[in-house]
Amino acid sequence: MTGGNTAINLGVFAVFVVITLFVVYRAGSRNTTASDYYAAGSGFSGPQNGIALSGDFLSAASFLGISGSIAVNGYDGFLYSIGWVVSWLVGLLIIAERMRNTGRFTLGDVLAYRMRQRPVRAAAANVTLVISLFYMIAQMAGAGALMALLLDVHTKGGQALVIAVVGVVMVMYVLVGGMKGTTWVQIIKAVLLILCVTLMSVFLLGKFGFSLSEILETATRNTPLGPELLEPGVRYGETAITRLDFISLALALVLGTASLPHVLMRFYTVPNAREARRSVVWATWMMATFYLCTLVIGFGSLALVGSDAIRSAPGGENSAAPLLAFRIGGVVLLGVVCAVAFATILAVVAGLTLTASASFAHDVYANVIKRGQADPRAEVRVARLTAVGVGVLAIGGGIAANGQNVAFLVALAFALAASANLSTIIYSLFWKRFNTNGTLWAIYGGLGSCVVLIAFSPAVSGTKTSVFPDVDFAWFPLGNPGLVSIPLSFLCGWLGTVLSKEEADPAKQAEMEVRALTGIGSGLR
Amino acid sequence: MTKAIPSPGRTRGFATFDEPPPPLLVDAAGKPDFAAIRETPEFQELRRRTRAFVLPALVGFLGWYLGYVVLSAYAPEFMGAKVFGAVNVGLVFGLLQFATTVALTLAYARYARRRLDPQVAAVRALTAEDQR
Repeated sequence: MTGGNTAINLGVFAVFVVITLFVVYRAGSRNTTASDYYAAGSGFSGPQNGIALSGDFLSAASFLGISGSIAVNGYDGFLYSIGWVVSWLVGLLIIAERMRNTGRFTLGDVLAYRMRQRPVRAAAANVTLVISLFYMIAQMAGAGALMALLLDVHTKGGQALVIAVVGVVMVMYVLVGGMKGTTWVQIIKAVLLILCVTLMSVFLLGKFGFSLSEILETATRNTPLGPELLEPGVRYGETAITRLDFISLALALVLGTASLPHVLMRFYTVPNAREARRSVVWATWMMATFYLCTLVIGFGSLALVGSDAIRSAPGGENSAAPLLAFRIGGVVLLGVVCAVAFATILAVVAGLTLTASASFAHDVYANVIKRGQADPRAEVRVARLTAVGVGVLAIGGGIAANGQNVAFLVALAFALAASANLSTIIYSLFWKRFNTNGTLWAIYGGLGSCVVLIAFSPAVSGTKTSVFPDVDFAWFPLGNPGLVSIPLSFLCGWLGTVLSKEEADPAKQAEMEVRALTGIGSGLR
Repeated sequence: MTKAIPSPGRTRGFATFDEPPPPLLVDAAGKPDFAAIRETPEFQELRRRTRAFVLPALVGFLGWYLGYVVLSAYAPEFMGAKVFGAVNVGLVFGLLQFATTVALTLAYARYARRRLDPQVAAVRALTAEDQR
C-alpha cells in the first residue's frame, strides 16, 4: 500500500491479539457450565452488553464497506447506515425483552417454546447455521481483501494463510473464553472502533471549520459525479428494477438486524428484560455515533483523498477509510485503523462461531438427538467441537470466497435473517393460533425462497460484478430478495397454520404470552 | 401516573385479621397458573400499556423510514433540492432518521421505566415469585 508500513500494522494488530487473548483467558478460566459457555452466566450489565452488541454488529463491512460506499456512491451509500440504525428499533420494541424472558440460550428456545420441540429446534438450528456461515464467510473473505490492501500480501496463497490465521485465533477466543471471553473481545473492539472513527471525524470536521456543508462541497469537486454525488440515484436510480432493488435492500436492512442469530443470542448474556432493554438503548447510541462518523469519513475521504486515488488503490472502495487515515495521521494512524479493522473481523467471526456452535449443541445435540436428556458437560463439549468444525468451514469458505464484494454478501445475510426468523418470532409471540406446522412453513419457506432467489439473481450470475460473471442463469431481477421473500415467509407461516389440523397448545400459549411480558416462570428477576 | 394499577379485589392496604391474604396464582406444585394470570386486570393493563406504545411507535417509524426510502427512489429531484450550502433535503431527512431513532429509543426507555416496569412488578406480585 502507498507508503504503508507493514511492520507497524502487524505490530499494532499483534498487540491487540495478545491483550485480548489474555483477557479471554482470564475471563474464561471458570467456563464449565452450559450457562457460562453460551450466555456468560447472564452476568453482564445492560451497558456492557449494549457495547458488545454494537461490537458484534459493526463488522468490517460496516467500517470499510460503508465509508467506501459513501465515498463512491455518495447518497446511495448512506442508505445502508440509516437502515442499520433504524433497525434497532425493531429489536428494542419487539424482540429484546421478549427474547430474554422466554429463552435461555438460543433462537430455538423461543421458536420451539410452545411447539413440538424436535422439528422446530432442528429448523431453528438449520437457519442459524446457514445465516451464520453466510455472514462468516463474508467476513473471512473481507479479511483476505484487507490483507492485500494493508499488509501488501498479494498472492492468493499468502491471503489464504492470513484467513487461516484469523480463523485459528477466532476459534481460540471461543474455546478458551466462551461467551464471557467473546463478549469482552466485542467490548474492547467496539470501544476501539468507535474511538477511532470519532477521533477521525472530529479531526476532519475541524479541518473544514466544523462545517458539514464545506466537506460535502469539497467532496463533490473530487469525484467525476460532481454535485450528483449528494443526490439519490447514483447506484440505484437507473431503471425501475434498480429502484425496486433499492427498496428491497432497505427492507432487508431494517428488518434483518433484530433477526440475526448472533444478535439475538446477545440478549441472553444479561440477567433480565430491563437489562436487555438497556442493552439496546446503549447499542443504539453507539450505532448512531458510529454511522454519523462513517458519513463524515466517507465524504471526508473524497474531499481529502479524491475518488481517483480511492478507485485505483488495491481493495478499491474498501480502501477509502485506510487511505484517509494515512492522509491525516500518517503511518501510525494507518496502522491503528488496520488493526481496528482486523480486530473487527476477528471479533465478529468469533461471535458468529459461538452462535453457530451453541445452536448445534443446544438445539440439535441436546434437544433433537438426546431429546432434552443430555448431560450439560457433554453438551458443552459438543459445542466446543462444533466451534472447531465451524471454524474450519469458515476458513475454507473464506478462502474460496476471497475477493467477493463484502458489503453485498452481508446484505444477503440480512435478507436471509429477516426472511426466515422475523415472521416466525412475531407469529409465535403474537398470534395465538400459530402452530408447529406454521413455524416450519415460515422458517423453511422464508429460508428456501431467499436462497433460491439469490441463486437466480443478478448477484450470482449474468453481470460483471456477479459471482459467476461468465454464465447467465438469472431470471430473478433483484439483487436483494427481501422484498419478495420476507412477505412470502409471513404468507407461508399463515398458510401452514390454517392448512394444518393441529391445534396450538393453549396452556403453552398462555404461558408464553405471560412470560414474554413479565418473565414469570423464567427464574429471572 | 407512575403507579401500577392493582385490581380492586386484591388491594394491598392495611392488613386486617378478617381478610385472608389474597390467593397467589400458583398451583399446588408452586407453578404459576399462566392462564389465570393472563385474565387478571393487572396483566390486561400491562398488555394494554405495552400495545399503546409499541403499536403506534412501530407503525410510525416504519412508515417514516419506508417513506424516506421511497422518496429517495422515486422523487430524487425533491430529495436533491438544496436546503443550505451543499446540504440537500435527502441528507437532512437522513440525519433526521438518526435523530428520530434516538428520540424514540429514549422515549420508549422512559415509558417502560415509568409505565411498564411498575406494572410488571404488580403482575409478578400475583405469584410472589420474587419472594421465593
